[in-house]
Amino acid sequence: MMELVLSLAIGVLAASGIWLILRPRTFQVIVGLCLLSYAVNLFIFSMGRLTLGAPPIMPRGGPIDPTAFADPVPQALVLTAIVISFATTALFLVVLIASRGLTGTDHVDGQEREP
Amino acid sequence: MMEGNLLLVLVALPFLAAVVASTVSSRAHNAAAWSSGLLLAAGLGILWVLRAPLESGQVVRATVRWVPSVGLDLSFRMDAFVWLFATLVFAIAILVLIYARYYLAKSDPVPRFHGFLMLFTGAMVGMLTSGNILMLVVFWELTSLVSFLLIGYWHQGQAARDGARMALIVTGIGGLCLLLAMLILGQIAGSYDLDRVLAAGDAVREHPFYPLVLVLFLLGCFTKSAQMPFHFWLPGAMAAPTPVSAFLHSATMVKAGVFLLIRFTPVLGETQLWFFLVTGTGMATLVLGSMIALFRHDLKGLLAYSTISHLGLITALAGIGSPGAILAAIFHIVNHAVFKASLFMAAGIIDHESGTRDMRRLSGLMRLMPVTGSLAIVASAAMAGVPLLNGFISKEMFFAEAADWHNGTWLDNSLPWLATLAGVFAVAYSVRFITSVFFGPPPVDLPKTPHEPPAWMRRPVEFLVLACLVIGMLPGVTLGPALNLAAEAALVRDLPYKDIAVWHGINLPLVMSLVALAGGVAIMAAFGARIAQGPEGPPLLHRWRAQRLFERVLLLATWRAPRFLHRSFGTERLQPQLRLVVLLAIAAGAAGVWQGLSQAPQPLGNPLNPAFAAMWVAGGACAVGAAWMAKYHRFAALVLLGGAGLVTCLTFAWLSAPDLAVTQLLVEIVTTALLLLGLRWLPKRKEEILGDRLLKAKLRRARDLVIAVAGGAGLAAIAYVILTQPLIPNVGDWFLRNAYQEGGGTNVVNVILVDFRAFDTFGEITVLAIVGITVYALLRRFRPAPESEEPTVAENAVEAARMADALLVPAVIMRWMFPVLLTVAAYLFVRGHDLPGGGFSAGVTLSIAFLLQYLAHDVRWVESRLTVLPIRWMGIGLLIAGVTGLGAFVFGYPFLTAHAQYVALPLIGEVPAATALIFDAGVFALVVGATILMLIAIAHQSLRIARQRERDAAPDREAA
Repeated sequence: MMELVLSLAIGVLAASGIWLILRPRTFQVIVGLCLLSYAVNLFIFSMGRLTLGAPPIMPRGGPIDPTAFADPVPQALVLTAIVISFATTALFLVVLIASRGLTGTDHVDGQEREP
Repeated sequence: MMEGNLLLVLVALPFLAAVVASTVSSRAHNAAAWSSGLLLAAGLGILWVLRAPLESGQVVRATVRWVPSVGLDLSFRMDAFVWLFATLVFAIAILVLIYARYYLAKSDPVPRFHGFLMLFTGAMVGMLTSGNILMLVVFWELTSLVSFLLIGYWHQGQAARDGARMALIVTGIGGLCLLLAMLILGQIAGSYDLDRVLAAGDAVREHPFYPLVLVLFLLGCFTKSAQMPFHFWLPGAMAAPTPVSAFLHSATMVKAGVFLLIRFTPVLGETQLWFFLVTGTGMATLVLGSMIALFRHDLKGLLAYSTISHLGLITALAGIGSPGAILAAIFHIVNHAVFKASLFMAAGIIDHESGTRDMRRLSGLMRLMPVTGSLAIVASAAMAGVPLLNGFISKEMFFAEAADWHNGTWLDNSLPWLATLAGVFAVAYSVRFITSVFFGPPPVDLPKTPHEPPAWMRRPVEFLVLACLVIGMLPGVTLGPALNLAAEAALVRDLPYKDIAVWHGINLPLVMSLVALAGGVAIMAAFGARIAQGPEGPPLLHRWRAQRLFERVLLLATWRAPRFLHRSFGTERLQPQLRLVVLLAIAAGAAGVWQGLSQAPQPLGNPLNPAFAAMWVAGGACAVGAAWMAKYHRFAALVLLGGAGLVTCLTFAWLSAPDLAVTQLLVEIVTTALLLLGLRWLPKRKEEILGDRLLKAKLRRARDLVIAVAGGAGLAAIAYVILTQPLIPNVGDWFLRNAYQEGGGTNVVNVILVDFRAFDTFGEITVLAIVGITVYALLRRFRPAPESEEPTVAENAVEAARMADALLVPAVIMRWMFPVLLTVAAYLFVRGHDLPGGGFSAGVTLSIAFLLQYLAHDVRWVESRLTVLPIRWMGIGLLIAGVTGLGAFVFGYPFLTAHAQYVALPLIGEVPAATALIFDAGVFALVVGATILMLIAIAHQSLRIARQRERDAAPDREAA
């Protein structure tokens, strides 16, 4: 049942994110990107399946049973993804501010949609 | 062997002439004409020599090795059919050169004209003599290209540019179709060699691709030969100088299409489909073309449509495909070239000397230019098919073929009737041409007073009209042998010798001819006056012009459609593009897992912890709330976003990923701080945007909601199915087993990042550095929106003091947090290799320590006490990471190979001291640098605005 909750959570996060990145205001898009990155990070992370109480931290020495620990590869990937999504968010924020200063509007196209 | 070399020289001659002609001075009319003419005359000499081997039934071949390694050779071949055609091209080219020498004005640039004309001749001869069907297409396209340049010779005129463009588009598209046809044909025949393709007729006709090949091939031929419905480019091409029209658009280029039809009859012909497509199109073109010609008021327009109809006649004969029909087709190619070239030249003389080509203004020219008039009358009689002229004989042969029984289909049965009808129109327009231009009252109100042209301008016409007469009276002696040889070569088999005679006794074709003559004269007698007063084109049909339709299609394809596509998908609008990206992603995902997504037989399942579910109820609500609020309540949305992030972070902790939880938490803090800093620069939005309540906006939102729900549901479904499948052993197991032995650390995630996959991490921190510098560079020249420059509440002195009071206690706490956070960062860094932590989290923690100082006090306070040089942090970080990697080379290992051991430190105990740790230090320094650079760059904007305001205010104060 934990699986169901987590997949629903991924779905809700992704849906909110997709809806927001299709909106016309830059701030909506930036929030949408953050939400979408949560969803994607959780999705990649969940590819290692759910493991409770067994972080991939090894005892020193001795033979090891890999099935007793969480899969470390998705975790390493997501760790990288978190840092990179922070960088893109920062970059997008600056582009947003610069575009707003240059065009006088916070519409993603740099101009208001003609009515 | 010698013949082969002569053939190569023959092909090269026109190109040589083109080079010579295009290098003479732009005023050297005589030099260009003489050099080109002499070289072409040499070509005629070569053709005379080559006649002997061809008469004995040989085929002359020559091959130049080009790229032997891939089997690419330039191969040429000449049989009697090609010989006849090539002789025609060379002879008429010489006559056109003589004519053009007197036709062109002194100011017209010579090298361009002669260069292009010779290039065209070369392309034409190359096309005729190609022994490889792909090379043939190359020369074919070259004729289209050069004809574009020649039609647009007087490029100052709009009509010339339009005509040239239209001709190029129509014939160019046809050429592409031809190329496709030849490629398929070559694949079917197993070779692109013309001889082998010609021998592979049976295999081609039985192949399932035969209809496709045929249609593509015919598209190429019909566009070039101006067959309906592609005929419209030919009248447009009449904007070319008359010598060009005479050469290209009557005698040679348009004949390339019918040449190819006859050439490929042994391969593609002799089927019902071929008969219906080729003869059907030819007959339609013949009848409609001759009818439209009758109604044109422009001399060259009349001749252009007459050319179209005669090409239709030849096409129809090629469609019939019997030996007699092929012979008649080749004969008519020659005859039409002779009389139509002379007529075009005559029309050019009339235009040149009188200043107009409008038949309604011309009249009675016989009195003013009797010689030219007589020549034109003879030539147009040949066009009408009057006995004792060459046009009569080939037309008789066409009538005979039309009347003959071939296959008994309805088209076959209607051929004689259609042929006679077209004959009636042909006679009628010839009569109209003669009577309206040369007879009647003397002309009035012409731009120039007409008189006879220079004698040498008339010589080519005289020569051609003489040819009409000689061929017309002595066909068997003059052309008979050559035609029979050509027909044999074209059909690649022996045929009985067909005697061509003027008189066959009274038979059906003669009756048809007489009916046509009488009918044509009767039509002109009855309706001549009304036609002259009527519109330019047949009744009803003139409203509907293929040319206008083409222009509309062109406008749609090159202007409206691209603009529509640009509007819908262009980079000027982000939303449609993002929508497209999302939809494509959803479609790709759906296509990828379609039917492959099925529940595992024994789904995995952890028992539900109600706290986890409750946590995600809150998290989901936060996400939806953030989506809801992001437009009008940005701060609320930001808080809700933080909530969703926090739940994500707790989930990582819950599900055995402590590293992720730590990093996520820290990054969450920095991201929120960044976005808070950014909020200040966005426009105030207190009222709803007006357009949001419109139905259109609501529909837009509804559509996006559907997309979003579809995307989310799809992702959830995939996630659920995979989560419940048992995990198969993968690379992660190897990492778990070897992390300690190989990497010297117990925290496998960290070992992967800084050791096993350190190269990825190296790339990643480089990206981070680039982003940091980009942010910095973008903000250096930043100009905020005007209303954001207004002093905020906090900058008002009194308000600022009150704020400072309110923040006093938090500020002190934050100041004290600085050393604590430094310790935490160091702790996270050192334990990273064995326990959750590492360079990333330590770096972000240190950034937060700095950030808190900026929050607690104003920028100036911090920077007077604390100097941070983020660019140096970044540079040193990248350098450390890189040098650590290079260090492995010293010990003979590949880039970024790590070494691990433990070092016992006093008081602390055993500490992991792998070289990976040094690499991690580089990561740490870079993350600190990049994060602080971004934060400070954004925070500094307020400061810059304040300084700007002070500078602006200073002069005011001085003035006061």
